[in-house]
Amino acid sequence: MELERADKIIDRYQNKQGILIQLLLDVQSEFNWIPKELIVQISERLQIPLSHIYRVASFYKGMSLTPIGRHLVQVCLGTACHVRGGPKVLDKVEEALKVNAGETTKDMNFTLRRVNCLGCCALGPVVVVDGEYHGKVTSAKVEEILATYK
Amino acid sequence: MARVSSPSELERLREEILSNRDPNKPCITICSGTGCHAYGSEKINSAFVKEVKGQGLEGKVDIRRTGCHGFCERGTLVVIYPEEICYVQVQPEDASEVVQSVKDGKVVERLLYTDPVSGKKIVRESEIPFYKNQSRTVFGNNRRIDPQNIEDYLALGGYSALAKALFHMAPDQVLEEVKKANLRGRGGGGFPAGRKWETTRNAPGEPKYVIVNCDEGDPGAYMDRSLMEGNPHSVLEGLTIGAYAIGSHEGFIYVRQEYPLAVENVTTAINQAEEYGFLGENIFGSGFDFRVKVHRGAGAFISGESSALMTALEGIVGEPRPKYIHTAVSGVWEKPSVLNNVETWANVPLIINNGAKWFASIGTEGSKGTKIFSLVGNVNNTGLVEVPMGMTLRDIIYNIGGGIPKGKKFKAVQTGGPSGGIIPEQHLDAPVDFDALTKLGSMMGSGGMIVMDEETCMVDVARYFVDFLCDESCGKCVPCREGLERMRQVLDDIVQGKGKKEDVELLEELSRLMTKASLCALGATASNPVLTTLRYFGDEYRAHIEEKRCPAFVCKELVFYHIDPSKCQACLICLRNCPAEAISGDKNQIHVIDQSKCTKCGTCFDMCPPRFQAVIRLSGEPVPPPLSKEQRVLARGKK
Repeated sequence: MELERADKIIDRYQNKQGILIQLLLDVQSEFNWIPKELIVQISERLQIPLSHIYRVASFYKGMSLTPIGRHLVQVCLGTACHVRGGPKVLDKVEEALKVNAGETTKDMNFTLRRVNCLGCCALGPVVVVDGEYHGKVTSAKVEEILATYK
Repeated sequence: MARVSSPSELERLREEILSNRDPNKPCITICSGTGCHAYGSEKINSAFVKEVKGQGLEGKVDIRRTGCHGFCERGTLVVIYPEEICYVQVQPEDASEVVQSVKDGKVVERLLYTDPVSGKKIVRESEIPFYKNQSRTVFGNNRRIDPQNIEDYLALGGYSALAKALFHMAPDQVLEEVKKANLRGRGGGGFPAGRKWETTRNAPGEPKYVIVNCDEGDPGAYMDRSLMEGNPHSVLEGLTIGAYAIGSHEGFIYVRQEYPLAVENVTTAINQAEEYGFLGENIFGSGFDFRVKVHRGAGAFISGESSALMTALEGIVGEPRPKYIHTAVSGVWEKPSVLNNVETWANVPLIINNGAKWFASIGTEGSKGTKIFSLVGNVNNTGLVEVPMGMTLRDIIYNIGGGIPKGKKFKAVQTGGPSGGIIPEQHLDAPVDFDALTKLGSMMGSGGMIVMDEETCMVDVARYFVDFLCDESCGKCVPCREGLERMRQVLDDIVQGKGKKEDVELLEELSRLMTKASLCALGATASNPVLTTLRYFGDEYRAHIEEKRCPAFVCKELVFYHIDPSKCQACLICLRNCPAEAISGDKNQIHVIDQSKCTKCGTCFDMCPPRFQAVIRLSGEPVPPPLSKEQRVLARGKK
């Protein structure tokens, strides 16, 4: 099933040059991560060395080689959020979820990421959960925000 | 839609669009930029659509969703035309009252902006001090355009510069005009765009490429995003004019994948422009062909560097390469390639329409035109501001930005992102232009301007940028990869109170080496945040190293929270909110923090009622020993 869905994406990129990054981004957005089987499939169908695909997929932050949790928590640590107390918020989220930034909780419920600027600095410090923005967050508000997604 | 095949047809089309529009018909514009989107502008839009229908005004009142207006601090912004009534912090439940007021020709007083100085309500957008002190020549059209509708852009004179260039100017003349205007690149270095174009034009090899860099990675900067999301046609028009001047028939738009709306809007814009004949084959019937492709970035700060971006366009890992030969001569697939950022391209139609003379009349000797900044951090009016080059930092931060919140003191402003530097108060009267900022040890960069108040630790800020760059360095060259890592270790030591006297010298030495020996600008400029903080705030480094003290009370390891027994009223608030359960006490028992349990999250400090101010922060001095049980009994009534 997964392989079929991936085949459709690969079809769009056949016989074109310079497509690897765009192809992997499409796979990422379709599956939310890039499973190993699909990398093998891309390699075989497009005759791109495995090592080459891994190099690209591991270089970019927008691509994930591990599955992500049901809820994605992004804590902004852009400069504006940083000077408004973002690091304290991140500490609190890490403590509450018992994972470090970049990790996923054991029950696969949350993946925590620190991001560099979401472009809504007026709301800083910002925490985004599943695309929903929470502005002017303080460490005291963190539990309350996370509780709604449990 | 039939293709527009001559400049006169374009004019006819424009007249037709305008004649179908009644300038007196009310139009409710709703800002849908990133900031307002985060405030929930989507819901507000639905509420307005529902109200307009519900109050029987369909067809009588227009609703337009626009790109970013700029005044993000007060989002969601709603502006009513033609009167230009500006409502701030609008909520979905306000829709009914606003629509009713449009019907009655009235103003909803309570949603107007209140001037903090005079206390007066301001009706018109252009009279709000935040907007009044700007000159929004590039960014101003954002608020008048639905980015998904090409007709809005055409109604404002869109694509007339392209028509002028193609039919009334030879490619050489276009190039000369841009050179004469002295348009300098808005992406970072400030290299003259005209000279770059000329190099590519004269370089051997075909095809030639033109590229838009929308890989805006500086944390705290979102100008390019807002322009790309809000007015994509202005960028496309500039790019096409550039392509004509250079002799290129293929262009790329490189957008970070973190900007999905920018990708969507520019893709729509390209499709519409092709449909109308402003892109593709035989543009306007001039015989000039030009095609554009969108390429999504995949999340790497380094990919904003010109050679790295071009490598990424080829589909490989976006790492920089040595530039013994400039990318203008050998870029994408080793062909001559011009890369400029979003704002630079968006300036081009203005130069062609109004002339180099007009453009060069704005700004300073060496920096012409306007510049868009994202004014963020500890400032009252967070937002995007566009000012003529040469305005002072003070004017931007105080007249437009409204100064520092909560009565705190200004400490420094950071410009230029991780490659830039930190500018202290004594230089607030410096004019903002490429050369003046470089002289201060910082740089213009792409336009991030982060204001910092007295509670910001400068060593921590330097460490923040070094940490950011450590993660983002591609690792290809040793000076950058190892130099940054070593710098991070040294700064980590300093902020943790483990700094040594010779660390400052070591940081300076590392900086010198990285500046000279790094492969690309990321490494070569990476030490700027460290060098400028050392230059202007050397005493803070000394306090951390010699006294183990963080003057701004930021560095966790050097700060201790303590409850002043003479002020504590045993109200239990800090005790109940302490996430580490480090506070002991009772109703009539003065609270004490157990330092061995304290995680220094600062919750107690934030929660202690302002009338008590019992929780204090200590740094560089010993924490007083805990009181005995008897001493902790609170004697009510006296302080």
